[in-house]
Amino acid sequence: MSPIATSVRKDRSQEQQKALIADYYGRLGALAAAGQGAPWTFVPGNLTELLLTFDPLPVLPEINALQSGMRKTSGEQVLHAEKLGHSEDVCAYVKASIGAWHQGNVGPTGDPLPKPNLLLLSYTGCFTFLKWFELLRGETKAPTVMLHVPYQAQGGITNEMRAYVVKQLRETVVPALEKVSGKKFDIDKLREHLRLSALAEDDLVRVLEAGKHRPSPIDGYFGAVYYVGPIFTAYRGTQAAVDYYRDSWAEIEERIARGEGPITPDGPMGEQRFRLVVEGPPNWTHFREFWHMFHSEGAVAVASTYTKVGGLYDRGFRHDPDRPLESLAEYCLNCYTNLNLSSRVDLIADYVRDYDADGFVVHSIKSCDSFSAGQLLILREVEKRTGKPGAFIESDLVDPRYFSAANIKNRVESYLQMLGQKQAVGGHA
Amino acid sequence: MKCFVGIDLGSTTTKAVVLDDQGRILGRGITNSRSNYEVACAVAREEAFADVRFTSCERALPDGVLDAAHREAFLDALARAFRLAWHRERLDALADAMRREVPVVEALFAGPALGPHVEAIVLRMRELADPLFAKGAPRRSDFFRDVATSQFHTLGEAFAKRGAGSFERLMAVFDKAILKAENQESHFSPQASAEFAIGRALAELDLDAKAAANSIVRPLLAAMSAELETVQTVGTGYGRATLPFSREQIRSEILCHGLGAHAMFPGTRTVLDIGGQDTKAIQVDANGLVTSFQMNDRCAAGCGRYLGYIADEMNLGLHELGPLAQKSCRPVRINSTCTVFAGAEIRDRLTLGQKREDILAGLHRAVILRAMSLLARSGGVHDEFTFTGGVAKNETAVKVLRDLVTQNYGERTMNVSPNSIYTGALGAALFARRTPARVMEAVA
Amino acid sequence: MDAPLTQAICPERDALIERAEGLVRDTTLASVARWKQDRPGSKAIGFLPPYVPRELIHAAGALPVGILGGGDMEVVRGDAYFQSYICRLPRSTIELGLSGALDVVDGMLFPSICDVVRNLSGMWQILFPKSFVRYFDMPQNFEPEIGGRFFEHEMRSLLSDLGALTGRCVTDDDLRDSIAKFNVNRREVRALYRLRAEQPWQVPSSELYALVRAGNVLDVDDHTAMLRAYRATLDASPRRPKDMARVALRGCFCEQPPLELIKTLERSGCFIVDDDWVLSARWIDGDIATDGDPLWNLVLAFLERAMPCPSLYELRKERGEELVDGVRESKAEGVIFAAPSFCDPALLDQPMAMACAKAASIPATSFLYSENTGQFQVIREQAGTFADSIRLS
Repeated sequence: MSPIATSVRKDRSQEQQKALIADYYGRLGALAAAGQGAPWTFVPGNLTELLLTFDPLPVLPEINALQSGMRKTSGEQVLHAEKLGHSEDVCAYVKASIGAWHQGNVGPTGDPLPKPNLLLLSYTGCFTFLKWFELLRGETKAPTVMLHVPYQAQGGITNEMRAYVVKQLRETVVPALEKVSGKKFDIDKLREHLRLSALAEDDLVRVLEAGKHRPSPIDGYFGAVYYVGPIFTAYRGTQAAVDYYRDSWAEIEERIARGEGPITPDGPMGEQRFRLVVEGPPNWTHFREFWHMFHSEGAVAVASTYTKVGGLYDRGFRHDPDRPLESLAEYCLNCYTNLNLSSRVDLIADYVRDYDADGFVVHSIKSCDSFSAGQLLILREVEKRTGKPGAFIESDLVDPRYFSAANIKNRVESYLQMLGQKQAVGGHA
Repeated sequence: MKCFVGIDLGSTTTKAVVLDDQGRILGRGITNSRSNYEVACAVAREEAFADVRFTSCERALPDGVLDAAHREAFLDALARAFRLAWHRERLDALADAMRREVPVVEALFAGPALGPHVEAIVLRMRELADPLFAKGAPRRSDFFRDVATSQFHTLGEAFAKRGAGSFERLMAVFDKAILKAENQESHFSPQASAEFAIGRALAELDLDAKAAANSIVRPLLAAMSAELETVQTVGTGYGRATLPFSREQIRSEILCHGLGAHAMFPGTRTVLDIGGQDTKAIQVDANGLVTSFQMNDRCAAGCGRYLGYIADEMNLGLHELGPLAQKSCRPVRINSTCTVFAGAEIRDRLTLGQKREDILAGLHRAVILRAMSLLARSGGVHDEFTFTGGVAKNETAVKVLRDLVTQNYGERTMNVSPNSIYTGALGAALFARRTPARVMEAVA
Repeated sequence: MDAPLTQAICPERDALIERAEGLVRDTTLASVARWKQDRPGSKAIGFLPPYVPRELIHAAGALPVGILGGGDMEVVRGDAYFQSYICRLPRSTIELGLSGALDVVDGMLFPSICDVVRNLSGMWQILFPKSFVRYFDMPQNFEPEIGGRFFEHEMRSLLSDLGALTGRCVTDDDLRDSIAKFNVNRREVRALYRLRAEQPWQVPSSELYALVRAGNVLDVDDHTAMLRAYRATLDASPRRPKDMARVALRGCFCEQPPLELIKTLERSGCFIVDDDWVLSARWIDGDIATDGDPLWNLVLAFLERAMPCPSLYELRKERGEELVDGVRESKAEGVIFAAPSFCDPALLDQPMAMACAKAASIPATSFLYSENTGQFQVIREQAGTFADSIRLS
């Protein structure tokens, strides 16, 4: 087995993504240095275009937590929060966020973060968000505005659901932003951001659907984390995102033409023996080690659900400048974690079929009940539906104590060897 | 003879199985796993090959030389004599190691000279060896370490009282020496052992060695000295990544357990393995290939190790848990299979006056309930159902499992083999038979 | 010394409590089956914590049945669906469903309380495809014209679905009748709570808990009668005052504490004078108006007078302030946070409530439980020490 390389390999889009993230944190740092605040908000159901209409740059505590996880500082933040009385049982993102606030509100890159001047609680697909911002409200004393996004319990969006969200946008969120920014809401400015969003979203879908090729030119889970980075964060609705996704797609097209696979941190991926669909968020504290367990065995993720928590663009949704608030509402309602279990089963089963996968992996996260509760049933249903075997592995987002490398490696290896055996017996499994 | 070796490096024990080119089992070996997996692997392999020698002898015994009753008695005597030879050899290695440790311990801890006492204990342990393998003697632990530790402990206490200085000093010698003795490969001589064992077996049956020279001794010795060629080795188990093997020589224990269980019971469709650190529920197809599996999460709750902690907590041997639990009339409900909390919960319950057997019955049920949920996750229990791993030796666990499976899935043929602890190693050996030798040559 | 009077002999009361405890422990829902037997063709609708408007179910002619997990029942199949880090309630609920114990209910409602119960609603749809399953999304926006209108629609569609199930076209008068009955019932529950806060020795919490929880499986009139009968026994055969530490209990709004846990707290010297268990019984503070549009009245009552619950966004106050208010109102001297293991809303709420309690100089302690906790030794010691420290200070 090849050891994990000490230097990290990156492709062009990853370099660009890194630059965008660095630029984002740099600008936040500048705001903080100038003593200015910023709205804090969440990724699923985020209203970036609306925020940009009023100019502010959002702080995203989930992104801070995951970036801290990748930079190995989340463990201490979690412990700090536990020392303050937070339970070991609850979401590690929340604890990393609380810990970071208490450790001086410095972001993962070392740049200081602006204090919240508004907590925009886009309550989409996760109950913990509500408690998280109540906790932050208690810590920071910042004003909070709640955007309640109803759950797609019956597997669809009704007119009432959309109307409810639009009404909240119009009557609570927009006034709150007007108050904080001191600016009047300019719907034409919003339309322009939405137009740019839709452009970037077209290319993002091309990028993610490249996983349908053989060999897959991308890793649709580990590698795709980099691809969704800009659009999950503060870049949706900007020209920078449009450029980034156009360039990324061009780079991938070149790889498709050359029949090449993705670049992993340990170099270009070799032979692709297994094509997998992955459900559940990644582990951030051991991201490279985790990825290595797959690519070193010739397993490539062709599609994933995690890359859809910030929007299900591949199912046709686009932000629409002609229906600004309505399409923002639909965006919020349509995030992956706001789907009911049947819809999630449908999506994963479709991915297994459409991406011609050999199997699927459910990565179950201790922190995240929204994803995890019911995943064992999802596993069973997708197996039943597709006839392809699923693997079930467990760890956590940013609490390093819950990444048991030996146990996870054992399961991954066993699973891939099982797939290998099937292929050997049945030709193509 | 061409041999194929499978090695299962488990968290508690390391097992080796040797197959011939027909896939028949020639020998099995088992030893305690230790921090040094490589040594554990070597020791298990060595034991398995000693067993192969014995199996070869057994097969070489010509028909008709002895009548059925004598044949059986002779083979029994031969088996015990082989084990005695093996035991003596280990004892010699231990004695040598202790002699080397005496001055070290004497320098560290002041006190009377230890050498004479160690020699006296060794002498006594030699005397104790014969009865261990006498006809009809109850079979003790398979591990030399367990037997030696218990003997040395008892003898050491007695000698310490007689003025050998502190008991701790004697035990210090033993503890250091047993590690070293275990971690060195033996100089086991097949020829010498065979001569010894055959002679001893003949004597036990009052057979004249000279008269049997041609009919028994020669063919058996010939079989013993036959060359054994290891064609391929495959490793599995938790420690497999530490083996100096190529990728092709390593298989996950899931695959090995599936194939091993299928080899033992060809009708197997569902396998449950409860080992020291993990529990696995595996579904296999008609060829023993794995179609689905589930494992416990990162904590070892509800695995064999959990029962080990319980045994320690109650001051019992692991093998005593099952029989004691069977005496229970009113099992208590244990709600936590958390190993960390188990000790405290047991002490609490004992304080409350609950009976040991009732607590134990509840604990066994809790362990099996955890396994039931893994079975359900993996796809249920299909006919036939094979239960393997260390916990399959525990009759209470087997009974509770049988009841729960019947309740939840209906009547199922349930297979439990006394050799189930070797399932993974057997599967690995079967993979070794399937793996082309050229792969190994390429690596070597 | 004071045993004879404290333990006032009262066979009527004993019988009531025995019945209530029996109803709490009976996971087979025999009382619901009897109710349906007596009314051929009738339906029962199960609901999970913390709240559904039972008036809607009642008005549709069905029996609302509160499902609060499986207590300490043995879970065999339910565990197969949940990882080790998920609370116990959904496991036992699935177990009840798969074992047929919930066959007696004709539908299940899953209110929006947390991600686990939310996803459980989807699991139910998949596992029991023929059954009536609804997720009940409560608004987190409390403006009548925004959250109120959304909730009104949720309620109307639920009511029409229920009507379709029971075959009854529910009129406004039906709904008014139901609201009136539950108003009476809530008054009785609140009277009992008030009495306990004033004279906790009269109403042991283990009794109050069993009595209130029994309402989960009884017809509302039957339950009201039960509560009245209990109060009558207190007048007829009062208990003698005792002095124990007065505590408020928090964290039990979903997965319920075992009855034995409540008894343990009392035995260790705590009067529980305020709690958040079986919240559905008193979710609405005060009566709900019966004039005008009854459904809109239900909506307004929810928006304006819902009990504080960690799963509802707290708009008006800082988290924890409502606890301090509750403590003041019930004259509690300390707070015990008893949260179910892996209960996100309770455990995420706790640091805020703890901080508020500390700022208000209210002593507090905490421990974890699950509905099947069977060992109370440690809790007893902890609660005993806590009670002593309160009384000594």
